[in-house]
Amino acid sequence: MHNHVIRPFLVVLAVFVILITVRHFFVPKDFKVGDRGFMYSYHRQGNEKEWADFKVKYQSREYCADCHDENFKKIIASPHKIIQCENCHGPAVGHPDTIEKLPIDKSRELCERCHTKLNYPTSLRGQIKGIDPQQHYPGKECCSCHDPHHPNGPSRTVDNNLAGTNLKETGAAINGK
Amino acid sequence: MENNEPVDQERRKFIKTVCMGVAAVALSPAAFKILGPSEALAFVQNTKRRWVFLVDTNKCIGCGFCVKACKQENEIAYDAPVSRTWVERYVVKKDGDTLIDSPKAGRDGFIDAAIEGQAVPPSEIAKGFFVPKLCNQCENPPCVQVCPVGATYQIKEGIVMVDRKWCIGCGYCIEACPYSARFFNPELKVAEKCNFCYHRTVKGLKPACVQNCPVGARQIGNIKDPDDPVTKIVLNERVSVLKEEYGTDPQAYYLGLDRSVR
Ligand code: HEC
Ligand code: HEC
Ligand code: HEC
Ligand code: HEC
Repeated sequence: MHNHVIRPFLVVLAVFVILITVRHFFVPKDFKVGDRGFMYSYHRQGNEKEWADFKVKYQSREYCADCHDENFKKIIASPHKIIQCENCHGPAVGHPDTIEKLPIDKSRELCERCHTKLNYPTSLRGQIKGIDPQQHYPGKECCSCHDPHHPNGPSRTVDNNLAGTNLKETGAAINGK
Repeated sequence: MENNEPVDQERRKFIKTVCMGVAAVALSPAAFKILGPSEALAFVQNTKRRWVFLVDTNKCIGCGFCVKACKQENEIAYDAPVSRTWVERYVVKKDGDTLIDSPKAGRDGFIDAAIEGQAVPPSEIAKGFFVPKLCNQCENPPCVQVCPVGATYQIKEGIVMVDRKWCIGCGYCIEACPYSARFFNPELKVAEKCNFCYHRTVKGLKPACVQNCPVGARQIGNIKDPDDPVTKIVLNERVSVLKEEYGTDPQAYYLGLDRSVR
């Protein structure tokens, strides 16, 4: 028996057996080929279930309608009907059970997402009524004059005597148009 | 030669033992299970559902609510500069220059008329538009092929998923994606990508970005269902896809795509 031939062979064999054994205990039992064959779907089957159980956060506005029907009806009748409540108030998961009140975002940036005037001829954005944030009452909350749930309604502010007036006319008067 | 005989016998014995040992290991089926033959052939020809995405760039207004919703729905670090979906803004000037930006992946919308630090006067703009992007859920996903541990895979609905427990974070898949749709999740230290909100679609809900798009620029549909409105558009209208030349067979279709879009 030539030891120098057999020993390396034994080492290789041992490594192989160890690998197979380790693999046996380490790789989960549900590691299988899925529906798209070995190249695209050799995976741990249980992971699909794990993803399916991932928590849903956005509920859609039909969920809000039951309790906040006033806001719901108002916004549905306005040009803002296209916007989901949760875009402005955040995901409603857990509300009202664990999160008693959803946040209210009164920042100008929220409205500027759509209303900063961008003159893009080939985009729907160019057609939305827009303002220049630097010119249009800078520093003031949009909601102090406009109702976010009913932007086409009468003005609501009191601090500059616009309250209840029609914005179109008031604007013309202010700007001397 | 007689003094060779014992060696021969021992060799024979040895080979015998080795063969039996190997056979014993091989016969323990679970230990040797790399791939069963029926499994290797387990291709599904007729699935009932294959999700595709339709983006209408004519409609997108760049509000960024899709990105905001996606990040919150899928628990992606809100302030990290990574996102499963993002919105790019293109401004093509009359002199042919193209300006492109996507501040914070478009999460906070485009509230500044200046792009790439330039205030382009409206008279110089030939076209301006927004292009939302996301994982294309390719029919031949290169990102899946390169995964060394089987932590990313395609399900029968065509969606490419990441197994967060199994991913080792090597980053091959991130390099392999021609669309840069994959990124490294800074919190979980694993590869991360859009999965069309699998947890919502299995419950019959629309993906967060689709539900929260105010203008209907993002839609999801089942290409195997001929009555699906998205399928009708994909089959009957002039749609295009991104980077077709890579042969990945992307399944996010675009309406109104410009040649400046890459
Ligand atoms: C089961 C009933 C219920 C549902 C459904 C519900 N809410 Fe509420 N919501 C409440 C209650 C109760 C309060 C606390 C009332 C209060 O203090 O004025 C509240 C408070 C709020 C507030 C804070 C009001 C404030 O004055 O600070 C907001 C914003 C809000 N909800 C938005 C939503 C949105 C958006 C949805 C849908 C995604 C929703 N809610 C769904 C019951 C509900
Ligand atoms: C465009 C963004 C926007 C959308 C969309 C929106 N809200 Fe609001 N919401 C606001 C802002 C801003 C306030 C702050 C209060 C104000 O100025 O009226 C507010 C206030 C509220 C309040 C508390 C006080 C009040 O005025 O009644 C409730 C409740 C509420 N919203 C519910 C809803 C529900 C329900 C929807 C969907 C049907 C919705 N909101 C959609 C921006 C929005
Ligand atoms: C998702 C985009 C979006 C967001 C965010 C948004 N709006 Fe609007 N808003 C619109 C659209 C679309 C219209 C309809 C514009 C038109 O008819 O051209 C509109 C109309 C208006 C109008 C004009 C109504 C009229 O007909 O005179 C005002 C004022 C307005 N919004 C204020 C706000 C304020 C204040 C906020 C922030 C709380 C806000 N908007 C947030 C999309 C948006
Ligand atoms: C001090 C009150 C006030 C504030 C604050 C204010 N607006 Fe206005 N807004 C007006 C008035 C008045 C008009 C109507 C006339 C005009 O100026 O064009 C108007 C008109 C608009 C219009 C319609 C423009 C058109 O072309 O018809 C939009 C959109 C608008 N505002 C959005 C906003 C947004 C977004 C903000 C916050 C960033 C905001 N406004 C803050 C008073 C205000």
